[in-house]
Amino acid sequence: MLILIRAVIGRDLRLAMRRQADIVAAMFFFIIVVSLFPLGVGPDPEQLRRLAPGVLWVAALLATMLSLPRLFADDHRDGTLEQLALAPQPLGLIVLGKVIAHWLVAGLPLVLLAPVLGIQFDLTSDALLVLTLSLLIGTPALSGIGAIGAALTLGVRGGGVLLSLLVLPLYIPVLIFGAGAVDATVTGLGPQAHLSLLGALALAGVFFAPWPTAAALRVALE
Amino acid sequence: MLEAVQLECVRGERTLFAGVSFRLGDGEMLYLQGKNGSGKTSLLRMLCGLAPAASGEIRWRNEPIDQLGDEFRSELCYLGHHNAIKDELTPLENLLSSARLAQESLDEDAALEALERVGLLGRADLACRYLSQGQKRRAALARLVHEKRALWVLDEPYVTLDKAAIAVVAGLVGAHLQRGGLAVLTTHQTVAVPAGAVRELWLGADDATQARFQLTRC
Repeated sequence: MLILIRAVIGRDLRLAMRRQADIVAAMFFFIIVVSLFPLGVGPDPEQLRRLAPGVLWVAALLATMLSLPRLFADDHRDGTLEQLALAPQPLGLIVLGKVIAHWLVAGLPLVLLAPVLGIQFDLTSDALLVLTLSLLIGTPALSGIGAIGAALTLGVRGGGVLLSLLVLPLYIPVLIFGAGAVDATVTGLGPQAHLSLLGALALAGVFFAPWPTAAALRVALE
Repeated sequence: MLEAVQLECVRGERTLFAGVSFRLGDGEMLYLQGKNGSGKTSLLRMLCGLAPAASGEIRWRNEPIDQLGDEFRSELCYLGHHNAIKDELTPLENLLSSARLAQESLDEDAALEALERVGLLGRADLACRYLSQGQKRRAALARLVHEKRALWVLDEPYVTLDKAAIAVVAGLVGAHLQRGGLAVLTTHQTVAVPAGAVRELWLGADDATQARFQLTRC
């Protein structure tokens, strides 16, 4: 079981390395969107500190969305998805591997960039730490939930827009608790409660989402 | 043994075929024929369990395949219309990664030997995006060289291949039948397979819902 998941992750990471433009594009999107806000709303440190959690989290959601349409689309187009569906193991496990690989490629870079970008918003070191931690806990949930949407819109014309409409509302709880954790740190309340709830969402997202995703993929293949 | 009972395929409002039945024993090959759009690919996908039949049943060793699930899939090798190879990877990497995903043990020497059989040894380290259509098809078919699963379902395996490659693939199918394996394949070319009994199934032979099934050569 673990061997299978590792094989899927290994394959997807290798493919991502051969196609680095996608990863770099999503990272630059994140950097630019976050950097536009201080330029747009002015240099008042107090205001920027208040805006920071929401801005960074919304930008992270949108950057994750960018890479979601291709999560299954390439495999669908070249017939690999059929082969994966015909493997004698549960398709859910294969999807779990793909979700983990997607997080490593699309989520982890955002986590690593966030503290650097947070400095633009004059966040304290405590708040930067909680921001990074909240993204570290929350972004796996984004990959997991996003996979359901990516599978449901597979092969649909104009699927990209539909995918955003489907998935972004589902991201709302992650956004609330993720940005809330940083907010709570900035205002002096502890972030623990928010982070715990975020952790619960991430666990549910990563370990339960692959099964409906697998069901949606089987429907898409029919 | 693979058995199909009264299969029916409906696409939208149209019935592509109905009442398709056949039985295929060990060491036998089913040669599926019919015009474009007669439902050959749909039938193959049904046999793999990728698409459900509108009515009818498919049995593998006397049990319905949807009840067997993973047990059936572990004996099935399907090669579809698409090559299922990644343009970014080399033929060697494609072969190794598809074996790993199917949880088969295939070492690099065996993989290189397979590529040699299909005439791709000189291209083993070149990303598949630089290969021609025929070479991509060869890279996909290299999987068959060490394939030990009992049922092969091949959709147009010979398309885009040159004569030499067709002979190699026909040889692989023949060897598979000789080991007691089963094969179902569609093609518009008549290619003699060196060994095994060949059955033919015509889809849409007389009218859209008629199928003809016969044993042509033993």
